[in-house]
Amino acid sequence: MEWRHKNLITLEGWTREELGFFLDQTEYMEELLNRPIKKVPALRGKIVMNCFFENSTRTRASFEIAGKVLSADVINWSSSGSSASKGETLRDTVWTLEAMAADAVVVRHGEVGVPDYLAKKLTKASVFNAGDGTNGHPTQALLDLYTARQKLGNLEGAKMAIIGDVLHSRVARSDIQAFRKMGVHVTLSGPATLMPENTASLGVGYVSDAREAAEGADILYFLRMQRERQEDGLIPSIDEYHRRWGATDSLVSLASPRAVVMHPGPMNRGMEIASSVADGPRSVILDQVRSGVAVRMALLYLCLGGVR
Amino acid sequence: MTAQTEQKWAEKASVLGKEDMERVLRRIAVEIVERNKGLERVILLGIQRRGVYLAARLREMLREAEKVKVPSGELDITLYRDDISVLSDQPVVHSTSVPGDITGKKVVLVDDVLFTGRTVRAALDAITDLGRPERVQLAVLVDRGHRELPIAADYVGKTVPTSRSENVEVRVKELDGEDRVVICERTGGTESGVEA
Repeated sequence: MEWRHKNLITLEGWTREELGFFLDQTEYMEELLNRPIKKVPALRGKIVMNCFFENSTRTRASFEIAGKVLSADVINWSSSGSSASKGETLRDTVWTLEAMAADAVVVRHGEVGVPDYLAKKLTKASVFNAGDGTNGHPTQALLDLYTARQKLGNLEGAKMAIIGDVLHSRVARSDIQAFRKMGVHVTLSGPATLMPENTASLGVGYVSDAREAAEGADILYFLRMQRERQEDGLIPSIDEYHRRWGATDSLVSLASPRAVVMHPGPMNRGMEIASSVADGPRSVILDQVRSGVAVRMALLYLCLGGVR
Repeated sequence: MTAQTEQKWAEKASVLGKEDMERVLRRIAVEIVERNKGLERVILLGIQRRGVYLAARLREMLREAEKVKVPSGELDITLYRDDISVLSDQPVVHSTSVPGDITGKKVVLVDDVLFTGRTVRAALDAITDLGRPERVQLAVLVDRGHRELPIAADYVGKTVPTSRSENVEVRVKELDGEDRVVICERTGGTESGVEA
């Protein structure tokens, strides 16, 4: 397959065939991580700039590892201590990145649309969205898809429940897009105050009762719950939230016998997920982290190569 | 990304038929046993993609003749290519799987065609990252000449003099529906200058 994407801002334009091809390539990348020497020369001489204007541990680290395994030079440009905190505009940042001859820019930003803006302004570098506001987090969706496919095989017709704060979740938005493309039926659950208004137009169902969503599901996806939501009056109390929408053994027991439990991390144990579930046999949360490196390797490899 | 220039290849001559291919591989199998004084610590590594199928056949022949199951694996050299930054499109990666630790083993690399030697160079780098074999040998079905690097094969099925404008195509029934080696000539398109 000829790869036609230079950037990854959203998965919207990716076809199902492209997603399938991408996941296949990811499989071979994962094999590299089992080797005694985890390094291949494929991206020698390429410069990858990690630009994180918001905190991140695993996404940034996994982009960094991915780049380094492929022999790219990875530079971490974090917002604290950078000129962003000195009032540099995004436009100046773009010019700076361009002047530094970056081949790829990985960007996370609190504002929706920043990765898209960079992709339009940067003439040479590839741009990868590592999370923009509440809009999207496409590489998270790819690693979730990869992990689910690895555990369940073909995902066509599988049932997925996404439970929690969908309204503020960029992970949920990207995952809905990606899993639906692969033929997965998605049902949302969580407090009505934390649901987007347009669940139907997203092509997904909504049930307020988490047990109904979990019933027979093959994938149980629990979203991170911010404690501030309680202060904002969006959830009744942490205890009640945990009882009604948290990943508990009794909720998980309603799912299909082969079901997997996923979470994008970092987890709030005792809030949206009980430790017995997080560390239990259904949990694939650590597999997700590992997949994250392989997925980002495939992304860098496919989008950065070739003549520009 | 730009599409690779459309190329048309016309079949010009048949070099090896099904029976020839089998005979040649049997001879290579015998030579592998001779050269290594048996099959102890010998492992076969097929280079993706057609080398993998040729290695599987050698393994089967060695099992029949010597009653030994030689460990074998597959090696993808894509990520080690030296032309990766000049190709218009990223080449597809295939699987690599090696039977256990290759350190101290006698690795026989198996490929279909030996041409510029660049694939073998990449394979040697890949092997170095996987372990430190006692020795590495190279078995190829066809040596077509035009080396660009100081590389030679230990086992050659057939030496075929070619011109650069020709292409040697090894077809295996698992992928191509038939076992045959043909020489093709370019009829349209332009010189790509790129050879895997």
